Amino acid sequence: MQQSAKIERQPGFLPRADFQRLLDGVVKSGYQLLGPVVKDGAIQLMEVSDARQLVKGLTNEQQPGHYRLQQTAGERLFDWNHGPQGLKPLCFAPHEVLWVEQKDPLSFTTRLPDLKPTAVLGVRGCDLAALAIQDRHFLHAAGADPHYRQRREQLLLIGIDCAHSAESCFCASTGDGPSVNQGVDIGLSELDDGFLVWSGSDQGEAVLQQIDLAAAQTQQLEQMARQSEQAAQEQQRKLPSAEELMRLYQRLEHAHWQQIAERCLGCGNCTAVCPTCFCYDTHHEVSLDGLSAQNVRQWDSCFSASHSSMGGFKVRGDILSRYRQWLTHKLAGWQEQQGRIGCTGCGRCITWCPVGIDLTKESDAILWEGSLDE
Amino acid sequence: MATDKPKLAVHKFSSCDGCQLALLNLGEPLLALPGLVDIVHFAEAGPNSPDQAVDISLVEGSVSTPEDIQRIQQVRQNSKLLVSIGACATSGGLQALGNFANRHEWMASVYSNPENIEVLNSSDPISKHVKVDLQIQGCPVNSTQVIGALRNLLSGVAPRAEVHSVCMECKRQGLICTMVTQGEPCMGPVTLAGCGALCPATGRGCYGCYGPAEQLNDRSISDRFEQLGLDAQAVLRRFRFIANSAAGFKAASEGLRGDTDG
Repeated sequence: MQQSAKIERQPGFLPRADFQRLLDGVVKSGYQLLGPVVKDGAIQLMEVSDARQLVKGLTNEQQPGHYRLQQTAGERLFDWNHGPQGLKPLCFAPHEVLWVEQKDPLSFTTRLPDLKPTAVLGVRGCDLAALAIQDRHFLHAAGADPHYRQRREQLLLIGIDCAHSAESCFCASTGDGPSVNQGVDIGLSELDDGFLVWSGSDQGEAVLQQIDLAAAQTQQLEQMARQSEQAAQEQQRKLPSAEELMRLYQRLEHAHWQQIAERCLGCGNCTAVCPTCFCYDTHHEVSLDGLSAQNVRQWDSCFSASHSSMGGFKVRGDILSRYRQWLTHKLAGWQEQQGRIGCTGCGRCITWCPVGIDLTKESDAILWEGSLDE
Repeated sequence: MATDKPKLAVHKFSSCDGCQLALLNLGEPLLALPGLVDIVHFAEAGPNSPDQAVDISLVEGSVSTPEDIQRIQQVRQNSKLLVSIGACATSGGLQALGNFANRHEWMASVYSNPENIEVLNSSDPISKHVKVDLQIQGCPVNSTQVIGALRNLLSGVAPRAEVHSVCMECKRQGLICTMVTQGEPCMGPVTLAGCGALCPATGRGCYGCYGPAEQLNDRSISDRFEQLGLDAQAVLRRFRFIANSAAGFKAASEGLRGDTDG
């Protein structure tokens, strides 16, 4: 049910020393550029214009509940995998005003984000796949979300193949990485001496036309393929197949859910870092004089009490039922609703869980261990 | 000056005045407040008529002396709505650490004439002595939360209760987890949101001043803190701090292996 076709790559070559030309091409085309920068001990997307601002010679250690940056001996710009967030905050804002109201005279005004065209450098396959899932949710034909759409339409996505995998990555098993294979405007693959560069859309092509790319050599194309293969082989984790995951529904009373609940803090971190989780909550903020108000939307989580609150009754009143809801919805329910699982193998829920709960291990335990008895 | 505006009082009990100062620190909204209510009592700000009947009382501080008991009953009688604000008023405050010890021995070791000090055996939240209509946590309170609640009460609407953990506030602000990136223990996952992730925003872990989150898995986070290098005593003190007598944190600290100093 994947809706976007694989990109037919016809890359050119950009020497490492000339990488600035790509950045210049993006900026000259009218985009503000967000690129990977180290901030507060993590790789985050920040506005950049100079290649020297970018992360260089760094890799990331990502394990359950553990994220550290490490120096490498090399010069590479993209030897890490991903930071704490994917593209989600750029389209589905964590906190935003949807509309404002005035009391006298009564009026309601939609507040849409006013954004510049924005290019994002260094997007990974898992996050592109996740964006496609969020697009299906927020831009579906029955009623597109105008706030999401406004942001989404401004994005130019510059993807990069992963040459290595972090310990918590498992995108090969979901089919979403480690190479970028959908949704990029410009694709990159980093080699020892430079970058293979290709366009994936008309907007990407327009940028690349300003840049002189050399013809790619056969051995460069071979290195690109080899790196992706290696990154996939490095992955230690994998998710069961989509068909197998549907069987989670038959194991709702499995004793392992209780074991998870004993470790889970119910804090909601997994849902906040998940690039596909889309739940939100809205509330009113009234001005002190009572004459105006704004309707505010913010990220919610199925781990919060309000998420399953109906008429004051908490349908899911404990951590066990909330974790079970999250996992079964993400891995089974989405298949019925969206045509695929809601996980793209980025592993952020594993890395950023304060107690390191690992959804691949938990899924395995529930599917394959023990009996159905409690 | 008699007006038909609702009357507001801000009362202080056993506390550091920090919650009153947080209100004074509001900035512009504070200037708008007298347009909506008559502030008849707010000693830290000037008005000083503690015995007037009011529509809403904000109460800071814990009940820790016999005189406090008398006074809070009077405040309750004088108030249509009573809102307890801050860790002291909602859970007994830092001074409730004395509840875990023999406070008379402590006093004897500090004061030369402890017999002159008249205190209760415990420092209690306001709700232990009188009916409380709304509680707003924090040390100090988030004054925006207090003002938002006031606005709702003036409109006759139930204020929105915060239900998330501090982690959700961190993630919404794009703050980086201190526990995952630095191995620094943080109470955020088990602490009620509302502060705006104040401490993590400065790169340090949350110390739990808002008290327990709606779901509190104290055993799991304690195990994690030990893996990160805290000894049993240090883990205990994460719970036994500002919100030590909030129900969940109190039960957590009493169940921990490090509970030997009580």
